[in-house]
Amino acid sequence: MSRILVRGGRILDPATDRDEIGDILIDGDQIAAVGESLDARGAEIVDAEGGWIAPGFFDMHAHLREPGQEYKEDIASGGRSAVAGGFTSVACMANTHPVNDDPATTDFILDRGEHDSPARIYPIAAATRGLAGEIVTEMSALVDAGAIAFSDDGRTIQSGGVMRHVLEYSKLVDGLVIVHAEDCSLVGAGVMNEGPVSTRLGLPGNPSIAEDVLVMRDLMLAELTGARLHVAHVSSAVSVEAIRKAKERGVSVTAEVAPHHLTLTDEATLGFDTNTKVAPPLRSAADVAACRRGLVDGTLDAIATDHAPHALHEKDLDFVEAPPGLIGFETAVPVVLDLVRKGEITPLELVRRLSTNPARILRRPGGDLAVGSIADIVIVDPERSWLYDPAKGYSKSRNSPWAGKMMQGRTVATIVGGRLVYHVDKGVLVP
Amino acid sequence: MIGRDLIGIEDLDRGDIERILDTAERMREVGNRVVKKVPTLRGRTIVNLFFEASTRTRASFEIAGKRLSADVVNFSPSSSSLKKSESILDTARTLDAMDPDLVVVRHAVAGVPKRIADVLYAPVVNAGDGAHEHPTQALLDMLTVRQVKERIEGLTVTIVGDILHSRVARSNIHGFLKMGAEVRIAAPPPMIPAGIESLGVKVFTSLRDALSGADVVMALRIQNERLTGSYVPSIREYSATFGIDRAKLHYAKDDVIVMHPGPVNRGVELSHELTDDRPSVILDQVRNGVAIRMAVLYLFAGRAPRSDLGELD
Repeated sequence: MSRILVRGGRILDPATDRDEIGDILIDGDQIAAVGESLDARGAEIVDAEGGWIAPGFFDMHAHLREPGQEYKEDIASGGRSAVAGGFTSVACMANTHPVNDDPATTDFILDRGEHDSPARIYPIAAATRGLAGEIVTEMSALVDAGAIAFSDDGRTIQSGGVMRHVLEYSKLVDGLVIVHAEDCSLVGAGVMNEGPVSTRLGLPGNPSIAEDVLVMRDLMLAELTGARLHVAHVSSAVSVEAIRKAKERGVSVTAEVAPHHLTLTDEATLGFDTNTKVAPPLRSAADVAACRRGLVDGTLDAIATDHAPHALHEKDLDFVEAPPGLIGFETAVPVVLDLVRKGEITPLELVRRLSTNPARILRRPGGDLAVGSIADIVIVDPERSWLYDPAKGYSKSRNSPWAGKMMQGRTVATIVGGRLVYHVDKGVLVP
Repeated sequence: MIGRDLIGIEDLDRGDIERILDTAERMREVGNRVVKKVPTLRGRTIVNLFFEASTRTRASFEIAGKRLSADVVNFSPSSSSLKKSESILDTARTLDAMDPDLVVVRHAVAGVPKRIADVLYAPVVNAGDGAHEHPTQALLDMLTVRQVKERIEGLTVTIVGDILHSRVARSNIHGFLKMGAEVRIAAPPPMIPAGIESLGVKVFTSLRDALSGADVVMALRIQNERLTGSYVPSIREYSATFGIDRAKLHYAKDDVIVMHPGPVNRGVELSHELTDDRPSVILDQVRNGVAIRMAVLYLFAGRAPRSDLGELD
């Protein structure tokens, strides 16, 4: 394999707290050297001047829609979109058709990922068979097949009894159980955050307490069982505080937050744009502020996109019928850079939440820039301005609330396993 | 000044509302003639695009259009073909290709008229969308109050009932507040929407307190399915606590008037005698509905097509 020299950028390695200007030399699929003015003979040069050099980002929550809904996305298009956004690894949710609740489907996704996707693809298996919330999946067989975590995601397990068994059973494989916390009976018919904005718009409200009671239930079940719980896309101030308190008393819990919940409020829905419909919904300014504080103080460990592609004709339905979700790979970096620009978080700590923490939570390679580590690397220009047009992106879908918006900050290059798979000037290069 | 579409009262200012009410006053006279027709909109095509069933509002818009000599076409996509996966924007674009001069839209989900207006060449008038707005209803309510009370400013208007699911309530809250009235709402607590006080209303759960000193009482229609869910326990209890009869009306001012957007669930929201007799003004509301819709069609369909107005997108 070839050698690549990533030259002259700000090296951000949260694993060692390194934050300094330098080069990284890649040999084969590994990092061969990190330092100043490295010898570049025979190496392809990737210029990182003025940019950040970070371990590749790890998106622990995405929907790639394959198998079954390839008109929205497939593993090839999703993987291309991921690397264009700086994500070298993607964990994909189990709500495919068929559901990823058996080893054959897990194996299929891994196979597709290996052959079709420039990003590493890690399947998350269902926690219950058919996402029906009743029978625990064959976790042992699924882990053997390569599943990295278990989740029913948006089909939240409503029964506390079943969730208890899922958490208990996951200990058999020391598995991670990921919860999309929403109590259906409290969500009711809600399609956006309940509050003054939903009242003005006359859209049925989904109250934040629907999230909070389920977060609290599962924190208590995690405490009872000792299982590893991960709370997906936290969006409510009360939930952030509940997770903070649970961590303080030693509950085995981690949590993620999505770029949209860090930057957009329910006021984004004022024009009835269905691309602002997402679950859990965009919430109040106070909730957004609490999520930002939670990310900064470490209560929320990771940033995950919840990339959820839907076709144009689906988002063209009325606000109640349109499916929730938005695409997020290619906008995540500029969107979350807002926290750096406003002085709330350092670049190093932001990278920790985009890369190191999710890799550690899922116990997969990546997330550091040590010599000998796997060469998954991203170069980001934090200042570069660009107009986001989803039609020019790599996803098959276009459902983004940031469509047509000016973005600041962009992924310049992405390297996976020592191969340059994306460069902003050349596009996605392989496969 | 009035925009090219009428989506909600929230988008209007006081001057806009007064202009529409004043225009409606002139339109009312047409209805008193033997030949109830003026040539104002001759040659114009108005489409009533009603995704949600409605007899009364559609008839009111249709009569209003015909009195102005417009060609009125009723287009009601059947709920079966429309339900599930028909893009509302496709429907709108199809319609637009037939070159209507104005499209009246009703839909069970909030926001559909706005999104149709965003893609349509023709102006859009909202005839009710979900629990969002029903602007012509609020305009006809304001017209009725102005006729009886000779003013709106300074009055106390109490809206009673299922505020949570009511577009009529939202449009009237915006309208009466913009016109300088005090607006109160009274409802069983599960029917009070979150943060409603942010609109500027006073919130009551006691009907007696809400009626105290009121000039106008507006009862809202309550859907039967809301009376059997977990919002309120029973029709009997709703009627006893929030139904309005002559005895409860004594809490209000002596010259209070009683309004209702119709159709009334007799004996539930209003007692029988209040439905039919003064101080009820329900039939005045219906009559004014035609005049308001004539005014709205005249003001919005009588304008230049989008292309003549330059950059609007």
